[in-house]
Amino acid sequence: MQNETDKEYTIKNLHSDPLSWVEKYADYLYGFAFSRIRDEEAAKDLVQDTFLAGLQRLGGFEGNSTEKTWLTAILKNKIADFYRKRSSHNLKVGSAADEVQGFFDVESGHWTEKDYPRAFGLEVDNPLMMKELGIVLNDCLAKLPGLWFSVFSMKHIDDLASELICTELKLTAANFWVIMHRAKLNLRACLQKNWN
Amino acid sequence: MTNALKNIIYNCRQATFLIEKRIAGKITAAETLQLHVHLAGCSVCKIYQQQSILINRVFVGFENSDFKLDEAFKKTLNEKIEKEINKN
Repeated sequence: MQNETDKEYTIKNLHSDPLSWVEKYADYLYGFAFSRIRDEEAAKDLVQDTFLAGLQRLGGFEGNSTEKTWLTAILKNKIADFYRKRSSHNLKVGSAADEVQGFFDVESGHWTEKDYPRAFGLEVDNPLMMKELGIVLNDCLAKLPGLWFSVFSMKHIDDLASELICTELKLTAANFWVIMHRAKLNLRACLQKNWN
Repeated sequence: MTNALKNIIYNCRQATFLIEKRIAGKITAAETLQLHVHLAGCSVCKIYQQQSILINRVFVGFENSDFKLDEAFKKTLNEKIEKEINKN
């Protein structure tokens, strides 16, 4: 009986209604997560973890921010964990060196002829074409090593300072720039190969 | 001509590295000059630079709303939340 009253008391005083979360925020949170990690299953898991963590911390939510902001903050932490976990499995910056070597003559640093960047031949002000390019780019992003993708995504989507990314992912500044360079070389080459 | 300048005039690996560093962070005045000299004479790296900027634009341009959950998954999610609430 005591429990019953407690429960009623708690629910009345909550600033949030978890039963409406999925309807209101699931798509938004999923889009937020997916655009940053490009992995459907993992993004779904993160959304679920976010809701469950939110339930746990419901008492601490005082309505100072909107529910959406509050849940997004939880999700951001989960994404950071995800990046860290993935990059610790994937710290072979060395193997990346081989891939970049393919692009340039080892001695002169000149582009090797087969790797010359060539014009894509697209109209950048054609939204339909840009959308198609986005689809090809997505496939190319999926082929990047996890660590590279994390670095690339943290830099460009979240616009984080390079120093912060290095701390989060335990990278040296030198490695950070090597990864940024290699990631872009590979993405560009992949687009050139698969576009048209 | 300084060595650094000489080295980059023909070095596309270094030039593309500086291009990336300039786009996503900053480079020194000396590096800016080196890159400028390189790009003035290297049309291939000029194409690279244009495409690199384009890639960033397309990447950032993905709208979160382009990605949606399927209804079946949402239903399961809702059930899990309900179950979790009833547990307490």
